[in-house]
Amino acid sequence: MRLKMEENKVDKVLNRFKKISLKTLMVDKAIYVVLFALLVVIVVIQPKFLSFGNFKNIFAQSATRIIIALAAGMILVIQGVDLSTGRMIGLAAVVSASLMQQVDYAYRMYPNLVDLPIIVPILVVMLLCGILGVISGIVVSIFKVPPFIATLGMSLILYGMSSIYFDRPPYGAQPIGGIKRSVTSIATGSIGIGSFQIPYLILIALAVCVIMWVIWNKTKFGKYMFAVGGNPEAAKVSGVNVVSTQIKIYALAAVLYALAAVLEVARIGSASNTTGNGYEMDAVAACVVGGVSLSGGTGSVGGIVIGVLIFTVINYGLAFIGVNMYWQYVVKGLIIMLAVIIDMRKNIKRK
Amino acid sequence: MEKEYILEMKHISKVFPGVKALDDVKLQVRPGTVHSLMGENGAGKSTLMKCLFGIYSIDEGEIILDGRKVLFSSPAEALENYVSMVHQELNQVPEQNVMENLWLGRYPMKGGLIDNKKMYEDTMKIFRDLDIDVDPRAKVGSLSVSQKQMIEIGKAVSYNAKIIVMDEPTSSLTEKEVEHLFRIIHKLIEKKSSVIYISHKMEEILRISDDVTVMRDGKWISTRPASELTIDEIIKMMVGREMTERYPQKETKPGEVLMEVRDLSSASKDFSGVNFELHKGEILGVAGLVGSKRTELLETIFGLRAKGSGQILVEGKEIHNKSPREAMKNGFAMLTEERRKDGIFAGLSVSFNMAIDNLDCYTRHGLLNDKLMKADVDKMIQEFKIKTPSGSQKIGNLSGGNQQKVILGRWLLTRPTILLLDEPTRGIDVGAKYEIYQLINQLVAEGKGIIIVSSEMPELLGICDRILVMSNGHQTGIFDAKDVTQEQIMQASAKCV
Repeated sequence: MRLKMEENKVDKVLNRFKKISLKTLMVDKAIYVVLFALLVVIVVIQPKFLSFGNFKNIFAQSATRIIIALAAGMILVIQGVDLSTGRMIGLAAVVSASLMQQVDYAYRMYPNLVDLPIIVPILVVMLLCGILGVISGIVVSIFKVPPFIATLGMSLILYGMSSIYFDRPPYGAQPIGGIKRSVTSIATGSIGIGSFQIPYLILIALAVCVIMWVIWNKTKFGKYMFAVGGNPEAAKVSGVNVVSTQIKIYALAAVLYALAAVLEVARIGSASNTTGNGYEMDAVAACVVGGVSLSGGTGSVGGIVIGVLIFTVINYGLAFIGVNMYWQYVVKGLIIMLAVIIDMRKNIKRK
Repeated sequence: MEKEYILEMKHISKVFPGVKALDDVKLQVRPGTVHSLMGENGAGKSTLMKCLFGIYSIDEGEIILDGRKVLFSSPAEALENYVSMVHQELNQVPEQNVMENLWLGRYPMKGGLIDNKKMYEDTMKIFRDLDIDVDPRAKVGSLSVSQKQMIEIGKAVSYNAKIIVMDEPTSSLTEKEVEHLFRIIHKLIEKKSSVIYISHKMEEILRISDDVTVMRDGKWISTRPASELTIDEIIKMMVGREMTERYPQKETKPGEVLMEVRDLSSASKDFSGVNFELHKGEILGVAGLVGSKRTELLETIFGLRAKGSGQILVEGKEIHNKSPREAMKNGFAMLTEERRKDGIFAGLSVSFNMAIDNLDCYTRHGLLNDKLMKADVDKMIQEFKIKTPSGSQKIGNLSGGNQQKVILGRWLLTRPTILLLDEPTRGIDVGAKYEIYQLINQLVAEGKGIIIVSSEMPELLGICDRILVMSNGHQTGIFDAKDVTQEQIMQASAKCV
């Protein structure tokens, strides 16, 4: 009897080993295998790609996208989708830019505006987007409008609003330029530890990642987010306030968009009504590659960060070896499909 | 010459990563018989059927159908070879009508268009043969579960199936509907089809089956004629040990009044005029037919549904459960009827599923403390003997009984005084049922009050102190479980139908 049990145990251990055989590993992690292969190709063609400076650039370029993807990812986790991501960033960009112009700039939107400390425009757009996020959240959670439609409507409203806001006499629809040096230096500057320079953007993204990780994993709110995303009915029975959780998620995501918008203004040095256009698709693509399920309930901060990095590496790497920009779209599209195919296979392979 | 067996499955083995789901299993079905397949959850019954039906591939063994060796690679191929399955979860298109569902994928055509007239007539013919009274033009979404099931059976017949597998067909049927199903099964048998019948309900099995095959832990245990078997023998084979009682003895007597419900009705007027008292340490059963609004009663008490009129008093003080959250604050807990639909978070871990209601207790300075959470979860896993490798296992990978224990554990962590259990043992095997009854007894021994809704009358009679009967939204009696008979309860259940 004893012996039998021991045998069983051995069997179990053996089975576990079989479970993580090379083959399953290849299937499970195929997306990383493919990307690694892609990276190898890039490095073989252009060995200089492997320089430290390049990787710093990749991280810096990913910083804003990581913030956006984490925000959009939260909405995916609660079985939603946000089509208004880009337009909300656009609105926050024009509003914050108009409050961050140099005092001596000729085409100031508010010629008489005093020189505001940078935190003021940030808080203004965070509050503005927060309110807009609450509205999206209410439309989705209380009025039960499918998120696809609710945020589609919201994105049109936001585009209209940001266009109206910046298309104003006397200068008409001109990009809002002349952004203060103190703002643009957020995107260009870095902090030095000895000879080691870390761009501010990376630090900001890192801080957001840490905060998000804590919220997702270490707070009641985060657990409720996964509960609502995993099974709203069960969450309701468990005393989770599904409506308020959804509204809070949309609001929190919108606040992050506002932060991302200010960083975009700093990076580009101006803003117009097209700023942020299409960012929602990049965000969703990164989330999907990073393992966030579109049916809700699953996702991790680490996965989303990796998803974003993958896309930046591809973008940057393909450009680095001189691949035509249009071909880059083809490659990105294929990777998104591949990621989802692999994800689906994981679910059905047991059969 | 008539073959002895229409279907033979021999030496079937199937390995999933980490577990041998089937180990040298055999199944021999005689033509024109009902062959029941029994075993605890996780014994491998459904896996075996899915292997037959081409949903899973087999690793070893052979399947001989009507003297021919077969191996189906898809359900479509199985159907073409006259093997059909009525699934536990019905896969139908609710927005389409009955006949469109029935002939889906093989509509009769005339001149490039669907021949609706022929489809209607063909459907009617099958329904008449089987004594099914459903309009082929009715939308499937508007039908009852039993009607949907009958359509599935009709569909099987339309494929001229020689073998029809029924996976827990009666789990959500009323007694009357079960009788109808049995009449249909008899008609199938008359037509020389064979039925493989999977169910947990022993009485039914013995009534309807010709042969019974028992499985345990992925292995074949025995195949015997039903006429030679008793319930106790089947249970013994299923659990592999003697089970002298199906219901554990309740040691404690009810104490003082814990909750009082006065003239309660729901805002939607689903039910009205419900009056009862629940005592400390009491198990109060709620009996009734499907549609008697028992679930609605529990949901109203728990604040999932708006209350119409009436009062709920806990220890003499009136309370208002406007939401589940408030109900939880007032010491209530509720186990819902459909575990998969509104009980578990299938994609999330056991520990998440267990801790989700009780996060306040694990929060320190606004952050969750994993150690506190893990300690509670591990304690529950041990106490409830939940079969899971660890708390980080996905709950979806556990058997039904273990899932139910996790959810029960979830509610107990909130330290409730009143538990509302809606069909707590539905779809759970005998062994796990017994363990859940023991847990319930343990809870009442601690002075909690428990209300159980169940469609299994022997269960209510076996574990409850008193039984409240609902009929079509009205309370038609409260009986002492010791003195009441099944007939009396049935009478009260049918009073207002």
